[in-house]
Amino acid sequence: MEKHNRRTFLKTAAVATATLSGLPSKKLKASPKNILSEDRMGVLVDTTVCVGCRNCEWACKNAHDIPSGKLKDYEDKSVMKEMRRPDIDALTVVNQYDNVKNPALPIDVKVQCMHCDHPACVSACIVGAFTKQENGSVIWDTDKCIGCRYCMVACPFQVPAFEYDKAINPHIKKCDFCFERTKVGKLPACVEICPVEAITYGSRNELVQVARERIKNYPERYKNHIYGENEVGGTSWMYLSGVNYAALGFPKLGNNAAPGVSESIQHGIFAYFVPPISLYALLGGIMWITKRKQSKESE
Amino acid sequence: MDGFLKPAPIKKKFFTPGVIVLLVIVANGLFFLAGRFFFGIGKVTNLNNQYPWGLWIGVDVAAGVALAAGGFTSAALGHVMHREHFHAILRPALLTAMLGYTFVAVGVFVDIGRWYYIWHPLIMWNGNSALFEVGICVMMYVTVLYIEFLPIVTEKFIGKVNLKGFLSKLNKPVDKFLRFLDKWLGVTMFVFVILGVVLSTLHQSSLGTLMVIAGPKMHPLWQTPVLPLLFLLSAISVGFPMIIFESIIAAKSFGFKPEMDVLSALGKTIAPLLGIYLAFKIGDMVIRGTFVYLLEPTVPSIMFLIEVVVGIVIPLRMFLSEAVLKSTKLLFTASALVVFGVLLNRINNFVTAYTPPYKFSTYFPSFGEISVTVGFAAMLILIYRIIVLYFPVISLPNKDYVPNTKYTVRG
Repeated sequence: MEKHNRRTFLKTAAVATATLSGLPSKKLKASPKNILSEDRMGVLVDTTVCVGCRNCEWACKNAHDIPSGKLKDYEDKSVMKEMRRPDIDALTVVNQYDNVKNPALPIDVKVQCMHCDHPACVSACIVGAFTKQENGSVIWDTDKCIGCRYCMVACPFQVPAFEYDKAINPHIKKCDFCFERTKVGKLPACVEICPVEAITYGSRNELVQVARERIKNYPERYKNHIYGENEVGGTSWMYLSGVNYAALGFPKLGNNAAPGVSESIQHGIFAYFVPPISLYALLGGIMWITKRKQSKESE
Repeated sequence: MDGFLKPAPIKKKFFTPGVIVLLVIVANGLFFLAGRFFFGIGKVTNLNNQYPWGLWIGVDVAAGVALAAGGFTSAALGHVMHREHFHAILRPALLTAMLGYTFVAVGVFVDIGRWYYIWHPLIMWNGNSALFEVGICVMMYVTVLYIEFLPIVTEKFIGKVNLKGFLSKLNKPVDKFLRFLDKWLGVTMFVFVILGVVLSTLHQSSLGTLMVIAGPKMHPLWQTPVLPLLFLLSAISVGFPMIIFESIIAAKSFGFKPEMDVLSALGKTIAPLLGIYLAFKIGDMVIRGTFVYLLEPTVPSIMFLIEVVVGIVIPLRMFLSEAVLKSTKLLFTASALVVFGVLLNRINNFVTAYTPPYKFSTYFPSFGEISVTVGFAAMLILIYRIIVLYFPVISLPNKDYVPNTKYTVRG
């Protein structure tokens, strides 16, 4: 608590100094917050451990007021014949892929929002309805959203889903890293229910160490690649795998932050309003000169 | 010569067989529009989680903004550079831009899931978002366009305010107000004219920035960091062709001769503008080495080729020819090709180029989506017709005009 107070104080002090000295600060830009705390949380998904029981799907629905049905029904593996994507009625899904190494043991991959460190949705959202929170989660604010779906265009993982069949108050639905649960000290619903500990919740920095350790200790079991460690500038959710990630339906992405160059272009065009104001002055000048020329001609 | 051309309301009937057809198209569009508002976007469109944006954003919004570029390009030519020769086209171009942008706003209103929150960007800012920039600029520009149109309204009513019944007492004050407004606008208009040009340059380019964030989801033929520049250059090069295109259609529709003298002169400026656009488009392709995709016979590569060859190269060659500039038919064809090219470019950028990483189906607009888009276009044409019948927008050769040169030459 004391630590928190100190941080809040420092933040306030920083903003106050920035305001007084007339320096632009992140806080003054009126952009949505994107906090990258050193202590932000993350999840490590070990696809070599997951057994595809789909209990996480059931727990997730319960935690988000989505009709979930009976847990027993989730033993049905027939839905896994086709690739599924997170949708408005399932914020996480488990997909199954053939295992080349051992055909008897298919590989199961849990899919949900990756909670990027530099989220494209946060950058794109016209009203700043998306924010990156201090605990690592990327959450959506229903009171701001206008339903433009630009977040869906921007997301490199194709995660946000939209309620297309609602005429009034359609929501953008995606995993919120169980923001309401972790706030009161509970584990994310999927992490809590996982019977085989395929998903580990913890500080992101520590999870990277854990993952590296596992790769080091079992080099024949894992590919030397933590998916999400550097992809699109790093994500809160990270994966371990024994096969190539492309074979498990992961998009091949670079290590640059997800918004890419769009923010630089945007701020380049607007750099403290210098370009627009210069253009205005230039046009005004041309207008004045041509006007004078013309009135001279007509004299 | 200039005195010969004076904007005046056109004395024609509103209803023609063509107008009836347009009304039917509007009714059909409104039917599906009602479906969207009562049952949700999903019932009327083919949009889904893979394809969040479709025809409405690609055509109604993106192409709408581009094709209304005649407003700011003509303002730059006529008002900023003071090329008096082109005054006859300024009002029609302004009206098209005003209506075009109005329908862009309507298009956004229809496409967003929570239309009743359309005002949110005014108070909830995200300076990182290209969409926010486009939204704010378009809102401001629509306002500027309406202010620029006001003098046409005051011109219509000054000295002719004739309210009936108990309102007749207001005749004098209203007239006084109009005169005041007219005077005030006359003094300050240059501020709005320049503002309009600046706002247009900003959002025409930011519209290109929109898709940059889609990154690898967009086909490499279109995905480039210079997208904003390409959008701006294409908007500038489509402005005048659009004016020529609609001037000739309006002339044919109302049964008078198009002002070929002005239109040919305007046509002369198009080739260099198109040339610059083409140079940047090709240059970008060469630098990024994306021409390799043209060898694959896929839908995107074919669409790209059509866009460049039919929409830029052919009209560019046409506009370089004297014969084309002098012929109404050829000038119209060349202009129509440029309009088509930019329309296709916007559709390509927002729809064709978009490839979701997890693709389960291909997007093609539904009948409902097409109906709404075509309905809006028809509605725009009808409102344009109503306004030019009522307000002094289109310049016609004035029959009653007696050139006073007859007498002055003698002296």
